[in-house]
Amino acid sequence: METNEVFEKVKGLFVEDLGIDESKVTMEAKLEEDLEIDSLGIVEVVMAFEDEFDIEIDDEELADVSTVGEAVKLLHSKI
Amino acid sequence: MSKRRVVVTGLGTINPLSNNVNDSWEKLTNGISGIDNITSFDTGNLPVTFAGEVKDFDANEYMGKQHARKLDRSAHLSIYATEQALLDAGFSTEERMGTNCGIVFGTGIGGIGATEDAVRVYDERGASRINPLAITQLMPNSSTGQVAIKFGIEGPSLTITTACAASANAVGEAKNMIENGIVDIVVAGGTESGTTPMTIGAFAQIRALSTKNDTPEEACSPFDKNRDGFVMAEGSTVLILESEESAKSRNAKIYGYVVGYGSTTDAHHITAPVEGGEGAVRAMDRALKDANLSVDDVDYINAHGTSTPANDRNETSAIKTLFGAKAYEIDISSTKSMTGHLLGGAGAFESMVCILSLQKGVIPPTINLNTKDEECDLNYTPNNAVNKDINIAMSNSFGFGGHNGVLVFSKS
Repeated sequence: METNEVFEKVKGLFVEDLGIDESKVTMEAKLEEDLEIDSLGIVEVVMAFEDEFDIEIDDEELADVSTVGEAVKLLHSKI
Repeated sequence: MSKRRVVVTGLGTINPLSNNVNDSWEKLTNGISGIDNITSFDTGNLPVTFAGEVKDFDANEYMGKQHARKLDRSAHLSIYATEQALLDAGFSTEERMGTNCGIVFGTGIGGIGATEDAVRVYDERGASRINPLAITQLMPNSSTGQVAIKFGIEGPSLTITTACAASANAVGEAKNMIENGIVDIVVAGGTESGTTPMTIGAFAQIRALSTKNDTPEEACSPFDKNRDGFVMAEGSTVLILESEESAKSRNAKIYGYVVGYGSTTDAHHITAPVEGGEGAVRAMDRALKDANLSVDDVDYINAHGTSTPANDRNETSAIKTLFGAKAYEIDISSTKSMTGHLLGGAGAFESMVCILSLQKGVIPPTINLNTKDEECDLNYTPNNAVNKDINIAMSNSFGFGGHNGVLVFSKS
């Protein structure tokens, strides 16, 4: 799967499942500051990723993820 | 030092009748029922297929999906009712209410819908798929916390879970906070959204619910000989309580006064009232003493009147015990005949009814009261509202657990 496809799927999850405004979801967007995803929300996001891409994400892997682009990069490396 | 007087300066409600105060009042005084077949889920093999559901309310539309999906429906309703009440009281909902404002909310079963959803996911998909927001949605104090966050309420907060007396206790405890000078303003209310499959099924299991599935609007018939149980309903109602001097200093409109509060416990049985309603007698007596009033002063009683055989018989008996011959002269009604039973939201809703009855001089009826029960022989304002200039109203609320909460309101 190309990075762009992963991004589109991630965007779809954010917009459809989490109700986030589509225009805010860019590769540069910060999860906490820009998308208002708090610590509880991150758990939800991870669950949504795991379901969508049929993968498992460990807590340690999330340490370096603070933007949509970094999430996309992590997901791309796992699928 | 004499106690400070407590006034009501704002009202807000969303309930099976309507999503605002004025329209709710119109329907109440015209004897219109808010009970209908359940539409929010497939009632499948449930023995009860009707309830008082809130209609025409889309939480995603109201607060945005990103916010709405984090909250149980009971909290959506709480925020909606609180916003109305704060605006009605003349506050801006854009500014934080701050440290001089407290919040006391009542609920019977909190985010029970979220609980049911989380258990379903756990059963079907295991622990790793449980919604991480489940705890913050299902905890009974969720509405209290979410309302406080939304409107910046930084004073004391309490969540009261005395079942069907919860929001009567909430209004009472809020009154005490203001009387005692702890804060000048308290958001006092109640919420419930238990019109969910397991909850209705479970209440039906204890034979507490009416099973008149063919005639939902006529099912809730308090004090009628053929009553067969209460009707589940959902909603939230909020009153803004304020010290009289605070309200006057900002030229707020004053609906009326909260003057008495009595709280007692049956300590008898977890669901059944004591035969004769002795706990209720003590609660009404305490509320009147707190208000420095006597039985002769009471013009109207908004009864608990659930439409269960036991409640209505024992409440009648309790009123007769306390009021004696005067019991037959008091105008009584059960507005649950129209709203159904809002459980933890009932006391706040019925407090609103009392305040509006005093202000407007109208006593809403008990609808579906057609067949006389010799054990319920007081004046329950059957089927038609009565215009009457009244000064003192009492609201009764009794909950599973044996909790009794009684409030007294005064026009001036």
